[in-house]
Amino acid sequence: MTSKQKRKVKNNLVGYSFVLPNLIGYSIFILLPVIFSFVLSVMEWDGSRNPMVFVGLDNFKHLLEDSTFRISFVNTIKYAVFTVPITVVAALLLAVLLNTKIKGISFFRTAFFFPYIASLVAVGAVWNMLFQPDYGPINNFLRFIGIANPPRWVVSTKWAMAAVIIVSIWKYMGYYMVVYLAALQGISPTLYEAASIDGANGWKKLRYITIPLLTPTTFFVMIMLTIQCFKVFDLIYVMTGGGPGRSTNVLVNFIYDSAFVKFKFGYASAAAVVLFAIVLVVTLIQFRGEKKFVKYM
Amino acid sequence: MKKNKSIGRIILYILLIAASIIMLIPFYWMLISSLKLNKDVFSIPMKWIPDTFHFENYKIIWEKLPLLDFFKNTTKLTVITTIVQLFTSCFAAYGFAKMKFAGRNLIFLIYVTTIAVPWQVYMVPQFTMMSKFGLTNSHLGLILLHSFSAFGVFLIRQFYISIPDELCEAARIDGLNEYGIFAKIVFPLGKPAMSTLVIFSFVNEWNDFMGPLIYLDSTNLKTIQLGIRMFISQYGADYAWVMAASVCSLIPVVIIFIFCQRYFVEGVAASGIKG
Repeated sequence: MTSKQKRKVKNNLVGYSFVLPNLIGYSIFILLPVIFSFVLSVMEWDGSRNPMVFVGLDNFKHLLEDSTFRISFVNTIKYAVFTVPITVVAALLLAVLLNTKIKGISFFRTAFFFPYIASLVAVGAVWNMLFQPDYGPINNFLRFIGIANPPRWVVSTKWAMAAVIIVSIWKYMGYYMVVYLAALQGISPTLYEAASIDGANGWKKLRYITIPLLTPTTFFVMIMLTIQCFKVFDLIYVMTGGGPGRSTNVLVNFIYDSAFVKFKFGYASAAAVVLFAIVLVVTLIQFRGEKKFVKYM
Repeated sequence: MKKNKSIGRIILYILLIAASIIMLIPFYWMLISSLKLNKDVFSIPMKWIPDTFHFENYKIIWEKLPLLDFFKNTTKLTVITTIVQLFTSCFAAYGFAKMKFAGRNLIFLIYVTTIAVPWQVYMVPQFTMMSKFGLTNSHLGLILLHSFSAFGVFLIRQFYISIPDELCEAARIDGLNEYGIFAKIVFPLGKPAMSTLVIFSFVNEWNDFMGPLIYLDSTNLKTIQLGIRMFISQYGADYAWVMAASVCSLIPVVIIFIFCQRYFVEGVAASGIKG
């Protein structure tokens, strides 16, 4: 071996030595399970010592016929359809309001961001009390403003999902507000000055400068939110446990129940593969979109 | 013109104050309820400021619940995971950002693509594997699961890329080997990115609910989130106590947040701009 080759080998080895500690752990605890989930999805297995049985696409066929799966799928979509747009609009509005030079900005930013870092267990507990149908403050307030029969929220099959959606908007909009704030910093103030000279008012500036220039960010936020909605679980687990009935049962509820309550590990993995497919499609849309939205900032 | 501007400002303040009240009311309600008697939490008319403050609630819950154990367990998990994650991420990030070796780009591509795979997709097979290894119902299992994150490697690598290569080159000429360059130059320069990673990892780990829910059965191993959850299912009607326990579980995160808010904001902003 020439000395040049030797040095190359040595360089490679040193490079690997940096990457390996993480790569080994990552491969065993993350990558392997990811690959294994596809294997498990075509197996039938109760998680015990009994051997796995290859069943082909049977698990997926059963999913199609399973009414609980269908309901959790529809519920997840319902959850996403309401959560995503409202969160986007609320986050954008808050960011625009906060993107001004006034006193106390950091207090407001803290207040809006704070729910994001609070633990879901505590947050779920307090909201369940706020939503308490008979004595809870929310319904007290609704009665006070003249609504005689306010919704029964988390104990009603009709309104439980709405309660969950309200809490998730409240919890996550601060996060996306910060994403928007960062993007707003990138818009050149000269644009607004020019618009002011042309006589544009605040609304016109928002409509014709801010919102169009934020399109790439909005797109990104929507993708992130959609993925987040499809993997929702903890919030629902602590607030409603998927009930009442199956009214707030979502995809991950279904995966969790199939595996850890009913011990149908293959079946649960098949549902997980469906979740993966959805997330993959959304991510691919993001890649396509990123190419389309030329960053004009 | 000027008058117009100040009216706009007042409206802006009113909007912002209204919004922040809505955002913070649940926390205020949690706090005042935790200081009421259980039976008074839902009393009508509602008291926004209790007549008497029942601080003894905070003593009672420590007797009802092995809170101290829960805190110890959570602290242990959080600290160890955060440290291991930080060091393995920085190490790997240096390899990806500053070294050239065969297969580097391919391995990094694998990291980046798997960031997008939600944990919920592979939590089931992961659990079956961990139970094969005999690592369920143990802290070690959870630590191993959370110590190797693609997000950490990615975050630190992006920062290391921005450190000029000339700096490393100069050190190489001065006779430092790669480990020396990492330890003496790049690692210390990475403080901003490391702070972001540490804070996110700390909060995620402290607030983690599903991991402990799936992996920890024994009460003596449980974390604070699981413990509070257990408390809620046992003492669900003792509203004031449940709220007091919730307040306790929030305190560490609140302290971290108040002191390190800047890093939170920078971390979120960085992830958002990058896309």
